[in-house]
Amino acid sequence: MDWVVGLNYLWFLLVGVLFTGYAVLDGFDLGAGALHLFAKTDTERRVVLNAIGPVWDGNEVWLVSGGGALFAAFPRVYATVFSGFYLAFILLLFSLIFRAVAIEFRSKQDGKRWRSFWDASFSVSSTSSALLIGVAVGNIVLGIPLDAQGNYTGGFLGLLRPYPLLVGATTVALFAMHGGLYLLLKTEGDLHERLRRLTLWATGVFVFFYAATTVATLVSIPHMTDFLRRAPALGLVAILNLLAVLNIPVQLGRRKDLKAFFSSALAIVALMSLFGFGMFPNLVYSWPQVQNSLTFLNAASSPKTLWIMTIVALIGMPLVVSYTTFVYWTFRGKVKVDEHSY
Amino acid sequence: MDTLFLSRIQFALTIGFHYIFPPINIGLSLILVVMEGLYLKTGKTVYHDMARFWVKIFALCFSIGVATGIVMEFEFGTNWAEYSRFVGDVFGSALASEGIFAFFLESGFLAVLLFGWDKVGRKTHFLSTVLVSFGAHFSAIWIIVANSWMQTPAGYVLAQTDHGMRAQITDFWAMVFNPSSIDRLSHVIMGAWQAGAWFVLSVSAYYLLKNKHTDLAKRAIQIALVVALVASLGQLVTGHASAIGVSRNQPAKLAAFEGHYASQAPADMYLFGWVNERDEKVQFGLRLPRSLSLLVSGNPNQPVTGLRAFSPTDRPPVNIVFQAYHIMVAVGMGLIGLALWTGYLLWRLRLEKSVWTLRLLVASVLGPQIGNQFGWISAEVGRQPWIVQNMLRTRDAFSKTLEPLQVFVSLILFGLIYLLLFVLFIYLLDQKIRQGPKEGILSVKRAEL
Repeated sequence: MDWVVGLNYLWFLLVGVLFTGYAVLDGFDLGAGALHLFAKTDTERRVVLNAIGPVWDGNEVWLVSGGGALFAAFPRVYATVFSGFYLAFILLLFSLIFRAVAIEFRSKQDGKRWRSFWDASFSVSSTSSALLIGVAVGNIVLGIPLDAQGNYTGGFLGLLRPYPLLVGATTVALFAMHGGLYLLLKTEGDLHERLRRLTLWATGVFVFFYAATTVATLVSIPHMTDFLRRAPALGLVAILNLLAVLNIPVQLGRRKDLKAFFSSALAIVALMSLFGFGMFPNLVYSWPQVQNSLTFLNAASSPKTLWIMTIVALIGMPLVVSYTTFVYWTFRGKVKVDEHSY
Repeated sequence: MDTLFLSRIQFALTIGFHYIFPPINIGLSLILVVMEGLYLKTGKTVYHDMARFWVKIFALCFSIGVATGIVMEFEFGTNWAEYSRFVGDVFGSALASEGIFAFFLESGFLAVLLFGWDKVGRKTHFLSTVLVSFGAHFSAIWIIVANSWMQTPAGYVLAQTDHGMRAQITDFWAMVFNPSSIDRLSHVIMGAWQAGAWFVLSVSAYYLLKNKHTDLAKRAIQIALVVALVASLGQLVTGHASAIGVSRNQPAKLAAFEGHYASQAPADMYLFGWVNERDEKVQFGLRLPRSLSLLVSGNPNQPVTGLRAFSPTDRPPVNIVFQAYHIMVAVGMGLIGLALWTGYLLWRLRLEKSVWTLRLLVASVLGPQIGNQFGWISAEVGRQPWIVQNMLRTRDAFSKTLEPLQVFVSLILFGLIYLLLFVLFIYLLDQKIRQGPKEGILSVKRAEL
């Protein structure tokens, strides 16, 4: 019986790994999108687009795979969250659609209005994607009303509460900072210097929201910090998170952009870990009827399916990591816009 | 209009629009492998030039395929929550496998294909093309496995849990190789190859008519025509196998294909017709007596289960299925004829002068699109009223918490956004085709060195 529960633990972890991979990777290209309009000339904007050009689509596959894994491993969570947050997710889907086609369409025409329209679409949809993802996470942290069947009973406006909106704003700032740091690795000259100032600003804004979210969570959401009483050693992750965040402006000041970027990635991993620790054993926290929460046990697929998925992950993940590495390696270094570029 | 109806319309719209693009990409990926392979083998730059041109069109289709595909990944949850809870244990693993095994491969190496011309060697570029093609085909495999399980469920057990009944996997490979997987997968892949091949034939025929890029166009036609011949004839074989499978596993669907009502009698086929569902007969039709019996059993006197063997609440909407199926078959037959005729003209070295055939080829790009869309309509509407055959009804599968107004709003917005995407797609495609392939890129580059 024990190994069966072990599979549930494993899949709680692996779903977390997939969404963390998404946040770290698509986080920087959503952030680059959020900063896109700060690039002024046409060439600068093409540099921003082509900095993420070869990788953004692969990054988004982490979301698709995370969604698929959630469907397979925790179908009740998949069903509840996506039907419950209906309009919010439809808006997220529209944002992702506009983003994808804006990247592809933008440089296919020379007209100024055409390019301005797609530049704005790209930037707005990147920002709204980050915001909506953050608001969804905030709602899951805060808890949402579920009935005994696990159906969400709160309506669309019930999602727009202060805490989730704060998490949404934090996510936008986090991704903007992360995207800015990525762009520093990919750009040179005048654009690079402007991005450096912009990224410092984004970092400042993020630190402000990070502090506000941390205080709000500690003060008003006790179930998210219970894990510190059960396993105080996990508090080290919170400290690691803080150190990683503080390290970003330090490395930026020293012009160690790669270190700053990895610090930011580490901060995202630590934040997602804290999210996971705080939520466990729940995937969706039900409030006020806590007993209706969807947990890693009551929302899971059968042990057989979890085992099959484990084998799929064991075969698939090394392949994914190897071609992701190959693509990032092939397109390393500063962006040069050429005839193949967006 | 209730949530169920609106959700069905929205699913039909979003999947129908999405399905314009992936088949083109699957088919084009195969043709790109051949083009780049020929360049690698012969060193002739014309193959390189045509590969570069078609990679750009591939990318345009791919971007819309990705944008509309991500909707599909989540729409099971948003609009079909009860379905998701019921089948997640079985269906989810196929969907997740698609992400892990197909999409990462395809999107990763597409970057090399698009932006890597000057960054990696010729062989690496060719290998990337092969891997993109694998990725495209893998995605078809997993999604067709998932859909085939809805048609012919296998390898599962129904289990009562604390939160209601659900299907659980008992045998993964029996689920993957359920009775209709192979027939339907091969049928879908042939349809996708046709979508790519006739696209290339259409654009190349246009160049011949305009007397532009003629050398490149003629060579592209040779490549695409081989694929079109294999796939259109293959469609006959896989379509036949599928029909026999449907007769065994989904007799109500087969009966709806031909409007066959008598519960046990030899069955006819129709070249065309109109099903009067109230009087349970086919009107205004051209009948081929007993040929359905012949088709599925090889014996014209073999009785075939008719729709009267099913209670009216267990029958699909017959006329829609009948019409969709007949349109698909007609288009498939037409494409076989056109492929053979074009091959004959090419063999006699007369294709370039045959203006009407070239014009027909320009229009042929629509053929596989019509065939694919109507093929899916007959497959999916033919399964109704079930969402999972004989297990879960569509009317029990939607998200009960959704208000009709929410789905109405999303449906209208999907309609408007997809219309915009389609107009822009056609506009950009038209422009790309008018610009045409850049020829002699490599010699220019060598001169610069």
